Amino acid sequence: MNVLHFVNAFFSDGAHWKGYDGIPARLAEHIQYSLLALVLAAVIGLPIGLLTGHYGRGGNTLALIATAGRALPSFGLLVLMFILLGFGLVPVMIPLVVLAVPPILVTTYEAMRSVDPPVVDAARGMGMGESRILLQVELPVALPLILSGLRSAAIQIVSTATIAAYVSLGGLGRYIIDGLYQRDYEKVVGGATLVAVMALATLAVFWAVARTAVSPGVRRGG
Amino acid sequence: MAESGSFCQTRRAFGVLIRMDSVTKRYPDGTVAVDRLSLEIPDRSITVLVGPSGCGKTTTLRMINRMVELSGGRILLDGADIRKQPVNTLRRSMGYVIQNAGLFPHRTIVDNIATVPRLLGWGRSRARARAAELMERVGLDASLAKRYPYQLSGGQQQRVGVARALAADPPVLLMDEPFSAVDPVVRKGLQDELLRIQEELGKTIVFVTHDIDEAIKLGTMVAVLRTGGRLAQYAPPAELLSDPADDFVEDFLGTDRGIRRLSFFTSGGLRLQKSPVVAVDSSAEQIAARTTPGVPYLLVTDLDGRPLGWGEPDALTAGSLDPDRLLPHGRPFEYGSESLRAALDGAVLSPTGWAVAVDGDGRVVGVVSQQTIGEAIRSAHAEGRTAAESERESETGVVG
Amino acid sequence: MNRFFDIPSDLQHSWLGLIGLHLREALLPVLAGLVAALPLAQLCVRFRWLYPPMLSLTTVLYAIPSLAFFVVLIDYTGQTELTVMIPLAVYSLVVLVPAIVDGVRSVPPETLAAATAMGFGPVRRYVQVQLPIAVPAIIAGLRVATVSSISLVSVGMLIGNQGALGNLLHDANIYHRPELAVNSVVTTAVLAVLADGALVLLRLLLTPWMSRGTRRRKPKAVQARPDAAVPALEDAAR
Repeated sequence: MNVLHFVNAFFSDGAHWKGYDGIPARLAEHIQYSLLALVLAAVIGLPIGLLTGHYGRGGNTLALIATAGRALPSFGLLVLMFILLGFGLVPVMIPLVVLAVPPILVTTYEAMRSVDPPVVDAARGMGMGESRILLQVELPVALPLILSGLRSAAIQIVSTATIAAYVSLGGLGRYIIDGLYQRDYEKVVGGATLVAVMALATLAVFWAVARTAVSPGVRRGG
Repeated sequence: MAESGSFCQTRRAFGVLIRMDSVTKRYPDGTVAVDRLSLEIPDRSITVLVGPSGCGKTTTLRMINRMVELSGGRILLDGADIRKQPVNTLRRSMGYVIQNAGLFPHRTIVDNIATVPRLLGWGRSRARARAAELMERVGLDASLAKRYPYQLSGGQQQRVGVARALAADPPVLLMDEPFSAVDPVVRKGLQDELLRIQEELGKTIVFVTHDIDEAIKLGTMVAVLRTGGRLAQYAPPAELLSDPADDFVEDFLGTDRGIRRLSFFTSGGLRLQKSPVVAVDSSAEQIAARTTPGVPYLLVTDLDGRPLGWGEPDALTAGSLDPDRLLPHGRPFEYGSESLRAALDGAVLSPTGWAVAVDGDGRVVGVVSQQTIGEAIRSAHAEGRTAAESERESETGVVG
Repeated sequence: MNRFFDIPSDLQHSWLGLIGLHLREALLPVLAGLVAALPLAQLCVRFRWLYPPMLSLTTVLYAIPSLAFFVVLIDYTGQTELTVMIPLAVYSLVVLVPAIVDGVRSVPPETLAAATAMGFGPVRRYVQVQLPIAVPAIIAGLRVATVSSISLVSVGMLIGNQGALGNLLHDANIYHRPELAVNSVVTTAVLAVLADGALVLLRLLLTPWMSRGTRRRKPKAVQARPDAAVPALEDAAR
């Protein structure tokens, strides 16, 4: 008996493909939670990161937020929110967003700061307004780095959303947690495989987005 | 671009386009970058701001397009205070070129050049057509249009920078050490190119450099600034070289300003020897007839009249002149359009001590000895030409 | 406040005992990761073609959620501390390899040339020139690996209470004692901040030759190759 055997058994069992605990349903839940958290975190993190990066202010505060964000244990925060707020989407979204904002915020800030100053100087000297400089010059040049920050956040969300099954949330983590309780190792390994595939798919999506959205002029070497 | 059109049609010769009235820049911490600077920047000419680092030359330039706001005095552009119009309108009416070009890495070359026309509301295809036209003007191959900046050499990038600044045909061009980051050979090419473009377009160019040679080569007028942002001297280059205002300027000009000054005297007055020149297929009689008393050599040319090299009359035999056995003729100077400096250089570098004068097509018009050039230099100095006269000469095409 | 440190007996440890356990489970893998990363990074520096595939591999490995990693190992190593520590060592490894490669590559070529010209052999040059100059980058990687590792140990609770301070979370849940969860989160975060601070101090001690100005700047490689460095520096907790 090895892991591959369990994987094979899990996926060939027809029962795992339908119903509320079927793979399509769990996958949809996982994507839904992850997307919602990512969008919320991006809505908070991107504008602040873009503006602070553009004006070059608040770098120290952001460094502090980044350190705090890294030090906070995601799993602990998740369980704490569950105990304090009870079952539901909100107590799960709070830690997911709290954990995803710092990488987006800090990377966006750093990305904007890394734009070659003469490029911005030239843009200003040619008579571009500040919003035009931000959106048409700095943002496209900083895009590869900004996307990598979003990717980090997304990976972290997918990962933490898995653990959220412990606090009774749906998603692919259900198989792992339930399997562990039921001593059903086939289910555990099947769930783990799905989660890994989901993480890799997230990487692939970001790779594809970077491929299409980033100008070839700034993509080189990446 | 109605306003730029009217500038271009107003072909006043050397009026004042930009007037700076005791312009001052004082930073909040009390440092004074520019101190009561007054300058009149003439229309359709290159004005160079030069000085050691910390002299406020870049700050001065950046105050013209309000990248730096003045803290005292005023700047008038064509009679109107630059603070009267919206800042971005002002900047779009001035080309801006900086060191390392500052190209947009995410845009192709053609889109980089089309930036300002697009900002002014031109359609995409019209802006691109204009960009293509400018690429040709600055000497960039059309095949580079779809490339990205990182695919170009430093010199090419700088050409794109100049093209981008010229795209909307602005009357004014601000250039901040544009050629400082490229190697000397490329820099010389870019400088020559700028002079050529300026000849064609007649912009009002304000050019910042720390390189006095560049200032003298490019400037119609040169403003030497000293540390602390004060004007040390404002004069045409020839006057700068002949009459430095003080020790600071003299020191800044360096040790060989006498030689450099020769750049401003035309070679047109040199008396050429036309006889000691023979074509490569000459007969013995022709060689004998051309041999000139007091001239130990004969210059051999090809059948088109272009110089091949020097030979001694005795060694030259009819019909079988071997170009490989001639002495090198050094760099010929273009008679009339190049300066005494070029003539002297040609003579000094030739093993015979004689310089070769050619016309615009490279055909030999005569030869001249070091001695004759030396006499011309002495008389040029003796005539005590004023800077204004030299200025007129440079206008008629005497370029260093 | 008493109840805050009143650890249920089923955890079989005092608060300080849990901290000791937590640090051991978090830091040993980082150490193991460092020991494995040094030769791997050197290979990548030596054979440049090896680095791009290595980067892709580290990015992929780093994306695998910790819980998935843990449970797959159960079949081999059981519900033990080792099952928690192996993935943490792998995460540390994949953070450290790019950090070390970038650090070693950031050594100016003229410095290397000077060392070679003075007669340094390759090994001596690596140990006495390249490695010391790469210290800031290596420590930056160590900080990310350490903080991330400390945070991730808690997830070990899910596989048979192997989460040290994370085990408090389970008890907080079943005994309805939120203060235990607060204890777990705060203690873990404080440990992470302290470990991070210790590493910053270590760097200051190891690099007295750096000027204050350059200390604050990131190595140039980070800006030149954003894709390589950012995942390593940003996905800390998962």
